[in-house]
Amino acid sequence: MSQEVAIIGIGMTKFGELWNRSFRQLFVEAGAEALEDAGIKSTEIGALFGGNMSAGQFIGQEHLASLIMDHSNLTPQPATRVEAACASGGLALRTAYMSIKSGMHDVVIAAGAEKMTDVLPSRTTGALATAADQEWEAGFGATFPGLYAMIARRHMHEFGTTEEQLASVSVKNHYNGSKNPKAQFQNEITIESVLSSPMVADPIKLFDCSPVSDGAAALVLASAEKAKELCENPVWIAGSGQASDTLSLHSRKSLTTLNATVEAGRQAYKQAGITSKDIGAAEVHDCFTIAELCAIEDLGFCEKGDSGKFTEQGETGLKGSVPVNTSGGLKTKGHPVGATGIAQAIEASLQLRGEAGDRQIDDVEYVLTHNVGGSGGTAAVHIFSR
Amino acid sequence: MSVSRFWREIPSRYNLSGGKCTGCNLINFPRRERCKDCGVSDFEASKLSGLGKILTYTKIHAAAEGFEHETPYYLAIIELEEGPRLTAQIVDAHKGEVSIGAEVESCFRKISEDGKAGAISYGYKFRPRK
Repeated sequence: MSQEVAIIGIGMTKFGELWNRSFRQLFVEAGAEALEDAGIKSTEIGALFGGNMSAGQFIGQEHLASLIMDHSNLTPQPATRVEAACASGGLALRTAYMSIKSGMHDVVIAAGAEKMTDVLPSRTTGALATAADQEWEAGFGATFPGLYAMIARRHMHEFGTTEEQLASVSVKNHYNGSKNPKAQFQNEITIESVLSSPMVADPIKLFDCSPVSDGAAALVLASAEKAKELCENPVWIAGSGQASDTLSLHSRKSLTTLNATVEAGRQAYKQAGITSKDIGAAEVHDCFTIAELCAIEDLGFCEKGDSGKFTEQGETGLKGSVPVNTSGGLKTKGHPVGATGIAQAIEASLQLRGEAGDRQIDDVEYVLTHNVGGSGGTAAVHIFSR
Repeated sequence: MSVSRFWREIPSRYNLSGGKCTGCNLINFPRRERCKDCGVSDFEASKLSGLGKILTYTKIHAAAEGFEHETPYYLAIIELEEGPRLTAQIVDAHKGEVSIGAEVESCFRKISEDGKAGAISYGYKFRPRK
């Protein structure tokens, strides 16, 4: 019987446009904070799994395994970089989880980092577009907002979803982000301000989009035996799922359902022995407002097509039936792409430890995290419990 | 995109040339090593008509790299009459002509260029069917 796995330490930098901080400074800060939180020495770490989408394009640096272990004083322990576009963090978490589950390691770090603001905005857009099919999407003029805009347009056509309902996702996430001291944006906004923000890719406006961010996040994972020895408030990984779909959006049978999300969710629910009804809070991949609407349908929080109304009625708010993106989500917490999947697990941990401050959900038993790569070519879903 | 990388796919880019699977008759576009549905790796050449309809679309205001001078531009997912779906720009459209379900036809256009002195890439865009 394989070991259960727990999160015993968490660390995260503030997310934002951190021009005075380097990639190296960011991951060292997050990692050191996680080790301190776990109350262990770096010599107890067996391995590191790090999510990063594109340091090669953003800072011209590859071979991150060595860089990270060098500057974290963790040599000669092994490190592995994990990449699946914006799902890199979620996959790093899952890979780290499997390394303990398999019996290979007792204590490991799962981390994620991205430094996105050292290049011009057009380069950032181009770098992010490499998560799409370069030859048959990006090469014909597609951008990421453009791909999600086409999902949104189809969702509006099939289900009557409105631009106001899309905006309500952003308004809700800004409210939550205003209670998160590590969020990139900590201000509230209104439906009107979203609707009047500049058009990026019709119907997606600037305030429907997650920002370009710098940041890093790290988790210390441990086997059950080690967790009980080292930690008083472990957060357990109750389920882990991962699935793939076609790289290009146009190749999918449905343009409004992300099958990778459905399948990864199914795996995670099954392993945890629960259903969507048992989820007390969720961090979902809201790179654009439409992405959160699709996610809450595909994860079973509401019926297909109902997500707009469900959100407008407050069901996903802090006091709703299933609070979604209590951290502020990618929209307001920030989206340093490789760090996002790990940062989601940190919010889950804070909620389950009762340390989420003004955005704390009462008596939460299970928290779900959902991390997507590209327009849905990869998805990772994790379920955490106390 | 490098010249050789572009050149390898010229039949698909210029002539909408796909591959009809000899196992299940599915038309694959662009060509792939194995049929999307049945996995068979033997295809007959199959030129697509270029006629299709818009499944979804957007008007892009913040352009992709290399497309800055074209903003705003329409981008759509189109389902061709033979079945395959693709992503392409919609051009020569008057207001109201770009909508879900609108019938479109392919046209041969300049897609992008590799800087001022670089190679020019041509390929398909779509326009409303008259």
